[in-house]
Amino acid sequence: MARVVVLGGGVSGHTAATFAAKWLGKNHEVVVVTPNSKWNWIPSNIWVGVGQMTKEDVTFELEPVYKKAGITFKQAKAVSINPEGSESSVKPFVTIEYTGQGKAGSSENVEYDYLINATGPKLNFGATPGLGEGSNLGEFTVSVCTADHADHASHELQKCIDKMKKGERQKFLVGTGHGMCTCQGAAFEYIFNIEHELKKAGVRDMADIKWISNESFLGDFGVGGLHMKAMGFAVSSRIFAESLFAERNVDWIIGAHVNRVEKGKVHYELLDGTMGEETFDFSMLIPPFAGVGLKAYNKAGEDITSSVFAPNGFMKVDANYAAGSYENWKASDWPSTYQNPTYKNMFACGIAFAPPHPISKPMSSPNGTAIGPTPPRTGMPSGIMGKTVARSICDLILKGENAPLHKASMAEMGAACVASAGKGLFNGTAAAMTIYPVVPDFEKYPGTGRDTDYTFGEIGLAGHWIKHILHYMFIYKAKLNPGWTMIPE
Amino acid sequence: MSKYGEKNIKAYGNNYTTMTPGPFAKFLRTCVVYQFIRFIIINLKMLVVVKKSH
Ligand SMILES: Cc1cc2nc3c(=O)[nH]c(=O)nc-3n(C[C@H](O)[C@H](O)[C@H](O)COP(=O)(O)OP(=O)(O)OC[C@H]3O[C@@H](n4cnc5c(N)ncnc54)[C@H](O)[C@@H]3O)c2cc1C
Repeated sequence: MARVVVLGGGVSGHTAATFAAKWLGKNHEVVVVTPNSKWNWIPSNIWVGVGQMTKEDVTFELEPVYKKAGITFKQAKAVSINPEGSESSVKPFVTIEYTGQGKAGSSENVEYDYLINATGPKLNFGATPGLGEGSNLGEFTVSVCTADHADHASHELQKCIDKMKKGERQKFLVGTGHGMCTCQGAAFEYIFNIEHELKKAGVRDMADIKWISNESFLGDFGVGGLHMKAMGFAVSSRIFAESLFAERNVDWIIGAHVNRVEKGKVHYELLDGTMGEETFDFSMLIPPFAGVGLKAYNKAGEDITSSVFAPNGFMKVDANYAAGSYENWKASDWPSTYQNPTYKNMFACGIAFAPPHPISKPMSSPNGTAIGPTPPRTGMPSGIMGKTVARSICDLILKGENAPLHKASMAEMGAACVASAGKGLFNGTAAAMTIYPVVPDFEKYPGTGRDTDYTFGEIGLAGHWIKHILHYMFIYKAKLNPGWTMIPE
Repeated sequence: MSKYGEKNIKAYGNNYTTMTPGPFAKFLRTCVVYQFIRFIIINLKMLVVVKKSH
């Protein structure tokens, strides 16, 4: 009997664990280690953040779902990995620290035959003074990265709406809180949902709304922008993004590294080296992401963290980490099996794997400050990676150690993204986009790096309907309701 | 409504060089019949991309 341990019960880990349990059956064990008792459909946090959904609408209890699937659930966070075992244990193991199930604070070593690291990001608020401490949100800004954060953001937003109703003008600042952030898409959704809600509340004329981000151009989204077919042209996402900002009267600051936050004010440095400040009454700034800080030890107990993890804390996999400068980057630098190069029974998927390099061209200011998006790993690719890794591990267990691994490179994979620009059954809108492939392949698709037959986008009510349906569909799937395997990632 | 987006353009400001939707483009965005057709088309397009990615 083999034991597969999955660290992280988010989009990628939950997908991996549930498929592994289904494919392996009762003869093998799947264990999920994750610190929260609830699963969160993170994309809908945007709607929680504007008071259009509640925390309960976007979360559900994991334990009954795992019970139904025959998965062992440990409400705990992984602390370290011993991929060679230790002097007292021949088998590799993970050290976990419980956060619930009546055992909070106690530790346990969980042995594994195969390990999937799907721990997602550490929300690194502490990287920007004033944005927060460590992974804790600070007091000056809000966040929509967790359901609790979004709930808090919604209350703060409501306070601003109340002030505007009393005739007090308010300034909104939304974007990225550091020069090395990813997840611009979430901030993009949030700014337009705020704008939509202010309009609905009849106070739009009392608000000044501004975007601040580390993108070198609007519409970069951490994927170096994209060209979409429209009106017979291949049009840059920059044009579409700028158009939407102009239409909704939202101003922007781009190429910005927010280097300090204080009450009602951010300080930033721009790509041209100039420094600036921006005041606000309400601000949602996405923190930079890092690995969750897992440690690794060899059999002798020596610290091997730096050989298992990249300096940003994400786990090394089958990527080319020696690609060098932008000019040398190739689609083939991107991993496809997500297997750790040293310990072949260890995999990392979703945000937890270390990308070989960014997707957008790295830039820095004359002062040497790096300002540019780090690569996003959105829901669909994270889900596909989780399923692919689960399939590989199941084959290794069921067909033998020499079974070929399954592949899912972000340079050969597309993504469907639906960015909400306001919620409402008849007046809502969203930008529905597909991008193929996620990582541009300039050898295969000279010029734009993408196949413009499969890279498209449009804004409208249809996008909103899709986004809303996806909310219900993915929660239905994650709860393993009948037919869940038919719903694609 | 007719000059819906244009009024926000600021000469030589950030948004001076972009495009803004006219009233018809704006109408189509929330026209239920048109959007229902787009809904089907977008879903089919997305399914193709999903299929190519698995
Ligand atoms: C506000 C917001 C909106 C978004 N909207 C979209 C969208 O519309 N479309 C889209 O495609 N993507 C969207 N994304 C991105 C999407 O949420 C991520 O791509 C996806 O969640 C990544 O999956 P993951 O499993 O790698 O990480 P997560 O889903 O974050 O899961 C990581 C899991 O690991 C757990 N964990 C953390 N530390 C440990 C530890 N030490 N041990 C064990 N477990 C641990 C966490 O608690 C969590 O459950 C959005 C993101 C945000 C923040």
